[in-house]
Amino acid sequence: MLNLPPYASPLERLWRVALILLCAMVLLYLISPIIAIMPLSFNSEPYFTYPMPGLSMRWYEDFFTDPRWLDALKSSLIIAISATALSMVLGTLAALGLAKANFPYRAWVMAFLISPMIVPVVITAVGMYFFFANLGLNNTYFGIILAHTALATPFVVITVTATLIGFDQSLNRAGASLGAPPLTVFRKITLPLILPGMISGALFAFITSFDEVVVVLFIASPDQRTLPRQMFSGIREQISPTITAAATMLVLTAAAMLVTVELLRRRSERLRGIRS
Amino acid sequence: MSVTTFDLVQSSLKARLRRAERMQRLRAGLLVLPLFLFVLLVFLVPIVILMTRAVDNPEIADNLPRTIEALAEWDGTDLPGEPVFAAFAEDLRETQKTKNTGLVGKRLNYEISGARSKSLQAGRAAEKMESGPYKEAFLALDPLWGKTETWSAIKRAGSPTTSFYLLKAVDLQWSPAGEIEQVPPDQRLFVDIFIRTLGISTLVTLATLLLGFPLAYILATLPPRHSNILLIFVLLPFWTSLLVRTTAWVVVLQTEGPINNLLLWLGLTDEPLQLIFSRFGTVVAMTHIQLPFTLLPIYSVMKTISPSYVRAARSLGAGPFRAFWTVYFPQTVPGIAAGCLLTFILCLGYYITPALVGGPSDQMISYFVALYTNRELNWGQASALGAVLLCATLILYAVYNRLVGIDKMKLG
Repeated sequence: MLNLPPYASPLERLWRVALILLCAMVLLYLISPIIAIMPLSFNSEPYFTYPMPGLSMRWYEDFFTDPRWLDALKSSLIIAISATALSMVLGTLAALGLAKANFPYRAWVMAFLISPMIVPVVITAVGMYFFFANLGLNNTYFGIILAHTALATPFVVITVTATLIGFDQSLNRAGASLGAPPLTVFRKITLPLILPGMISGALFAFITSFDEVVVVLFIASPDQRTLPRQMFSGIREQISPTITAAATMLVLTAAAMLVTVELLRRRSERLRGIRS
Repeated sequence: MSVTTFDLVQSSLKARLRRAERMQRLRAGLLVLPLFLFVLLVFLVPIVILMTRAVDNPEIADNLPRTIEALAEWDGTDLPGEPVFAAFAEDLRETQKTKNTGLVGKRLNYEISGARSKSLQAGRAAEKMESGPYKEAFLALDPLWGKTETWSAIKRAGSPTTSFYLLKAVDLQWSPAGEIEQVPPDQRLFVDIFIRTLGISTLVTLATLLLGFPLAYILATLPPRHSNILLIFVLLPFWTSLLVRTTAWVVVLQTEGPINNLLLWLGLTDEPLQLIFSRFGTVVAMTHIQLPFTLLPIYSVMKTISPSYVRAARSLGAGPFRAFWTVYFPQTVPGIAAGCLLTFILCLGYYITPALVGGPSDQMISYFVALYTNRELNWGQASALGAVLLCATLILYAVYNRLVGIDKMKLG
């Protein structure tokens, strides 16, 4: 565990132990708040203290029977799935174009396409609120889907671009020289190689939209109340343990996504012959 | 003869090659075009609208057109004459009909506090004024209309664009004499908020670096089978919804929450500490959320540093700390710069986490952009604050682009 060379002095060993202890504490800091709220969602009483008086599923029952939470879940899924699909198409096409050799002003175009990720989301949200008001898009699903697509597409561009780095263009040329039309080349050669990046990008896009609350606060009405919006008002007004039940389910979803993305990343690196 | 054929073939080959390259570039451009147009329309246009709102000034120019026209002749030294007051009365009768007097009053109120109610009063009075002299009628109504400053404020506010909101966003204003000056001390607000935003962002960035650097080092030097498991601890919070993490901190930091629980149980404190709605809670929660953003670039740089450099330094007689400091650390600087810059940029725009975990004195600039949009309905001020925040972000983004390169940005 210490992983030190044999010539290390005692002071060095001590230092290494101290470092490992510090890191253990940082890891604890990272993981403990997330772990700490999970058991609280099974608390039989509406308190947030340990030890818990008893276990129950009442907050999960509450979540799955309360129309407000169910509607919020439904809105969130509709918006996130549509925004993901849109940003997949737009983002993948753009990443493929940007990967071509000597693309003019590549750095500038890329910086522009990524900027929705960098610009403070309140600015984007207020701007969209003004703009969509003129177009009658406020308080519509379509407006939120457009807004979330703009916020989510940078993630697709980045992940697909990352899989295209080190992509051997001669594979495409080989396919073309053997007589395959461009679409076949794309389907049979490019697509399988960039697919892991596309799926990671899709997951990032999905989570970006599924998690987004600021834009929704500005441009949505109670009819399009999403899950994060519902949680936000829940925390602000009266924090109920149903929120911890929702949070627990979201953490488990995040864990599943994390594992998927990690497996995909390894597969992609193996496919492209990169050894880690 | 043969030479010319060769030249011909060569030049046509060159031309064909150039054409093929042009076609390829065109095709690449067409692939990028849909997203480019989408971002332009759905993202850039709203931001440009927001920016124009910061200087847009329609309230007075649209609703008091006659007054503004009459004031154009006025030199600003003495009280304006009867024609201005007559125009004012006529404009007010019009705004009473269109129900815009409140709007005019609200706009004047930004320049002269208390002008809102007096404008509404003047509007009601103007309806009853049948004929002149209007000047005396207004002077009798309220001393506000007898001050030259009032009329120069109306004249200033009557221009279709204004620097009023942008100046206000940095606590400046036009003096009655037409010079830029600081607003009175009791009205200074925004410079403090910008300083607070920068301060919290700096603190969080430093905290993520102090906690993230050692962890990245351990992760990069451990054998992969250990480090991959530990990396999950870093990536799981990264993937978890920001709202879930904020909720977690709200629950954990509560007065009745697990941390106070633990501290009381351990006997470290006699009464629960105020952890939530404080600067401490805000920085702790933001650091937790930003830590992976700082750590991951450092980690990926550290993974590429060969251990043989440090070994060489050691074999040449350097002590462990000197070898680390002079050989290892300088190689990690690009990762540190990338991670810290990204974290700092993202911190500047934080809204949700301070809003839920922080107290009133921990709110950052984004909170005030939202407040002025939703609650105060002062869209000019919201836009001006947004414009200043956007400028700061874009400058740092340009620096990031130059130092790190946007295509080097990695996720997870």
